[in-house]
Amino acid sequence: MKRRARDGSLTRRIVFDRLFKVVVAMLAFSTILPMFFILFFIAKNGIPVIDWNFLTRLPAPVGEPGGGIVNAIIGTLMLILIASIIAVPLGIFAGIYLSEYRKSRFAYLSRLSVEIIMGVPSIVIGIIAYIWVVMPARSFSALSGGIALGIMMLPVIVMTTEETLKLIPDSMKEASLALGVPYPRTIMKVILPAGMSGIMTGILLAVARVAGETAPLLFTAFGSPYMAAHILKPVNSLPLMIFNYATSPYPEWHKLAWGASFILLIFVLMLNLAAKLGMKRWKVRF
Amino acid sequence: MESTVLRIENFGAGFDSNQVLKDINLSIVRNKITAIMGPSGCGKTTLIRCINRMHELIPTARVSGKILLDEENVFDLDPIVVRRKIGMVFQRPNPFPTMSIYDNVAAGYNLNGIRLPKTERDRIVEESLRKAALWDEVKDALHRRGTFLSGGQQQRLCIARALAMNPEILLLDEPTSALDPKSTAHIEELVVSLKHAVTIIQVTHNIPQAARISDYTAFIYLGELVEYGPTEKMFTVPKDKRTEEYLTGKFG
Repeated sequence: MKRRARDGSLTRRIVFDRLFKVVVAMLAFSTILPMFFILFFIAKNGIPVIDWNFLTRLPAPVGEPGGGIVNAIIGTLMLILIASIIAVPLGIFAGIYLSEYRKSRFAYLSRLSVEIIMGVPSIVIGIIAYIWVVMPARSFSALSGGIALGIMMLPVIVMTTEETLKLIPDSMKEASLALGVPYPRTIMKVILPAGMSGIMTGILLAVARVAGETAPLLFTAFGSPYMAAHILKPVNSLPLMIFNYATSPYPEWHKLAWGASFILLIFVLMLNLAAKLGMKRWKVRF
Repeated sequence: MESTVLRIENFGAGFDSNQVLKDINLSIVRNKITAIMGPSGCGKTTLIRCINRMHELIPTARVSGKILLDEENVFDLDPIVVRRKIGMVFQRPNPFPTMSIYDNVAAGYNLNGIRLPKTERDRIVEESLRKAALWDEVKDALHRRGTFLSGGQQQRLCIARALAMNPEILLLDEPTSALDPKSTAHIEELVVSLKHAVTIIQVTHNIPQAARISDYTAFIYLGELVEYGPTEKMFTVPKDKRTEEYLTGKFG
C-alpha cells in the first residue's frame, strides 16, 4: 500500500516547485527569443541584397543603382590585420609574464592596467588613437584605426593567454628544465605549444570583439568611398559603412547597410564558432 | 673497484628561514643504486633536486656547502650543463603532451636545438626505448602522442627521455608512487637493469622497495643524514636507533 502525504504544506511546496521550474524555463526561453528575431530580421533584409556585384564592386554614387562593399570588406580585413600585428605578440608576451611571475608587484600592476583597458569605453580609445596618431600625422589612416582596435584586442589576448598558461601543470616546465633546456626555450617550445589552443581561441575572440566596433573608427579610419589599400590613408570598414549608410537619407543605401550587416554578422558568428570548435579540437590532454 | 661519482659535502638547503637540510655528507658510488629514504617532509626530495639544481627554481631557495660531480662543484657549473649530465624522473609521469612518443624521447636534443642526422636520432630513440624496456610495446606507435600510454608506460617513456641524453647520474624521485603494483614491479626491474650504464639515486618512502633494489641506502630524518651504508647491512644491523625504529615501522 502506498502511503501518500496529503499534508497541505507539502502539496503547496510541490506546486511551488513546479511553478518555479516553468517560470525559469520561460525566462530562459525569452532570452533566446531576441537573438532569433535579430538574426531573422537581418537575414530577411540582408540576403536579398547580396550578390556577386555586392561583394566585388565599389559603392555607387547616390542615385545610381547597384554598387558594392568591397572596399569595406578589404578595409575591415586590413584594420584587423594591423590590430593583430600589434596586439597578438604584445598580448601573448604579457600573458606569459603574468602567468610566470604571478605574485610580483609589477605583475599585479600590469594585471590591473589590463583590466582597466578592458573597461575603457571604445570611443575613448578612439580619441586616444586620434590624439596619438591622427593629429601628428595630420591624416585619418588605417594605421590609426588599427592601433585603436589593437588596444581593444590587447586585454582579451593577455587574459586568455594568462588563464591558459596557468592551467599548464608545472611538471611540464620541470620536465623540460630537467633535460637541460634553458628557460626561454622551455617557454617557447614546451609551454606555448601546450597552450596553443587556448591562445588561438583568445585571438579569435579578440578579433570577434573588435570586428564590429564602430566608435573607435569614427575619427581614426574615418571611412572612404574608394578602394584604399594604403595604411596611411583613410579606409572604410563594415561597421563604419553600416553606420554611414543607415543614417543617410537614401533608401538604396539603407539596403546596402542591411547587406553589410548580414556579412558582418556572419563573419563574427564564424569567428565565435571557430573559437568554440578550436577549443575542443586542439585541446591538449595532460 | 668502487669509485665515487658524486660527493655531497657539508651540504645544507632550505627556503628563506626554513632550513630543510642540515650538514649532509654523502658519497655516491658509481654504477650502483642508492636509495634515499625517510618519512615525508624529511627533505629527501629537496636533496635530489639540489643535485641537478632544480631546487633553485623556487625563488626563496638557498643552499650551502658543496656537491661535487667528478670533483667539480655543480654550483660552479652552468645549471644547464649540470642538468644534461644528471637526468631526472619525477613522481608523476610527465611526458610532453604536444609531442609524439618519438619526439618525447628525442626532446632533450630537439628542445636544446641540437641537430642530429636522422639515422643517429633514430638510433638514440630506439636505444633509449630499449633500455627503458618500452621499445617492444611502442615500436609500432612511435608517432602517436605519449599521453595515450598507460601510467607505467608513461613513466618508462620519461626514463627513456632522460636516458637519451646519456646522463652520468639518473635521479628518480619516487618514480613508482603514482603507479599500480604491476607497473611498479616493472619499473623496479628496469632500474636494476640500468645500473650498469648509469648511476642511480632513487628517493623512496617505500621501505621494501629500497631493500629490494638498492645497493646503498641513506636514511634522512628531520633534515639530517642519520645513517648511510650498504643496504644489506643497514637493513640487518642498523647502527642508529632511529633507523631501526623507522625500518620496523615505529614511525614514518
